Amino acid sequence: MIRVEGLGKRYRIGGEPTLRALLRSPRAALQHETIWALRDVSFIVQPGEIVGVIGRNGAGKSTLLRLLGRITAPTEGRAVLHGRAAALLEVGTGFHPDLTGRENVYLNGAILGMSRREIERKFEAIVAFAGVARFIDTPVKRYSSGMQVRLAFAVAAHLEPEILLIDEVLAVGDAAFQQKSLGRMGEAARAGRTILFVSHDMSAIAQLCSRAILLEGGHLAADGPADSVIGAYLGQTESVHIDEGVVAAQPQDAPIRIEAVAITPEAVGTGDPLTVRIHYRAAEPLAAPGFVVTLHDTLGVEVVRLSTLPISGFHIERIEGAGHIDLHIDSLPLTGGLYTLSLAVTRPRVDTLVALDRVATLRIAARDLYGSGVLLTRSRGVVPVAHRWSLHPSD
Amino acid sequence: METIIEPARPAPDLRELWRYRELLYVLVLRDIRARYRQMALGPAWIALKPLITMVIFSLVFGGLAGLPSDGVAYPVFTFTALLPWMAFAEAARASAGSLVARMDVIAKVYFPRLVVPLAAVLAALLDLVVSFGVLLVLMAISGEGVLSWRWLLLPGYVLLAAATALAIGLWAAAAAVRFRDLRFAVGYLMQAGIYATPVAYAASIVPEPWLSALKLNPMFWVVEGFRWALLGTGTPPEPAMLIPLLAVGLALASGVVVFHRMERTIVDWL
Repeated sequence: MIRVEGLGKRYRIGGEPTLRALLRSPRAALQHETIWALRDVSFIVQPGEIVGVIGRNGAGKSTLLRLLGRITAPTEGRAVLHGRAAALLEVGTGFHPDLTGRENVYLNGAILGMSRREIERKFEAIVAFAGVARFIDTPVKRYSSGMQVRLAFAVAAHLEPEILLIDEVLAVGDAAFQQKSLGRMGEAARAGRTILFVSHDMSAIAQLCSRAILLEGGHLAADGPADSVIGAYLGQTESVHIDEGVVAAQPQDAPIRIEAVAITPEAVGTGDPLTVRIHYRAAEPLAAPGFVVTLHDTLGVEVVRLSTLPISGFHIERIEGAGHIDLHIDSLPLTGGLYTLSLAVTRPRVDTLVALDRVATLRIAARDLYGSGVLLTRSRGVVPVAHRWSLHPSD
Repeated sequence: METIIEPARPAPDLRELWRYRELLYVLVLRDIRARYRQMALGPAWIALKPLITMVIFSLVFGGLAGLPSDGVAYPVFTFTALLPWMAFAEAARASAGSLVARMDVIAKVYFPRLVVPLAAVLAALLDLVVSFGVLLVLMAISGEGVLSWRWLLLPGYVLLAAATALAIGLWAAAAAVRFRDLRFAVGYLMQAGIYATPVAYAASIVPEPWLSALKLNPMFWVVEGFRWALLGTGTPPEPAMLIPLLAVGLALASGVVVFHRMERTIVDWL
């Protein structure tokens, strides 16, 4: 159980004073502008609950997890954790690049508070879960970032803490590993563990969490059922949310970059038309590129996949410099609910040049498509179908 | 198990530190492995470092300056002192910089931060074990040194050196979080300290009142104690030793408290 009462954290802004500055004018060097990253936040999480923490960048999500993970002390308020807690914050938690995967598992386990014997007992399971058995005696500096995250998550997931604090770590793994990790977290919750889960991925929150809390400017803005809190976050009018952070995170040296994504109209419902506009800039002329748009539901199932090539047979001779490409969907064949949209530019059947995973979240409004008074939400299936019934009693 | 998180700073929890002894062990191991893995000579470096200094000191102070060495061959005379001194200097420097060096872990996981400078000191002490083997070889070759019950006191001297290094390291590490320039201060302190300690010269050539001043330095007793135990020269334990001993105890206890006050918000500063 986690009980948080009026928790607040104030940070100083500006650089650290040097000894020279201190000697020159002690008062000025020690005075600093401050900012409240988190203030007056209270909530209780019961054992077995998975609570999603959502909010924009800088809303205080990470600060909350750092306080609960005892990385830093709060300025005011208090929190009580019942049971062993493990925090998994960011990527490659404390791995040493020169040491092997095996040595890092022991190091990481010890940092998280596991005994050597406990790690030994779970070693095989950890390595198998991370899927790095072949490289376990290779220094981790030769691992891909995905492999490092998988190994780090595997260690934490086998710690079996009563309380697990997770901050956006899953964003790095591939789709299959993300599903495996979400599954593991769901199991842990069913076993009575308490999980606090920070993510930008609304579909993951919706899939995993029954409850969510929304932070805005360091304050608790909403606390309740995940669906309604996500709705509040995305805004009742804003049903298309583009995550600019994903757009900004593209590598600078890629041969082609997606500069912006626009989705119109801003409010979409089942059966509505939809236009996805992709602004691109090619650093060098690119022959026969393929643009790919996919939609995933909250369970991570890919429900729509469209591409200029090969799927749609829309040949592009070449692109050079900047421009945009539009994808028009005449009628969106999906029931109401949350979907995430991903984009990629590929050399069809060769490789992927750039991928923006989950760049947008669509909250598709449910419609009474069958005229029965029943709103078609995700619980009524994914695909609405034009249909009619007819009853034929014999005799 | 219940964890309470609040702004107040509780007293340092030494029982918690004991629970994390596994981590201490792994960190010491990681320190040593990471340090020597990529080097062609590997662990030989541990032995080479004091040997090189011994050769330089022998040429400059023993040869050129012709400093007396209490009738012992100068290389063995200075190596006996270099042994605890270099381990001490490395322990103080490493523990002072240890928080900054381990920021990657500290920013992401909770554990008692005291483990970090403690591991740095222990890793440096392990160097001492290796170079002690080198000293035994040197003593066998040169025929210097006496085997006696005094050897049994050596662990006590090592403990004094470690406590002094940890006290310096804790204060410096806590202060360096606020004032980064202090991190280099320990390096300079060690450079000066080797001359404020009878490493290159014998305490017997130092006149009063300088000798009494030198006796305030805890490392004076460690270095002279090593010579006294191993070579039969040097200075035996005296009542004058109590003053630095008490000072180290106070500095260590206050260092733990200061460090603990700092550790709870360390990540906000770095």
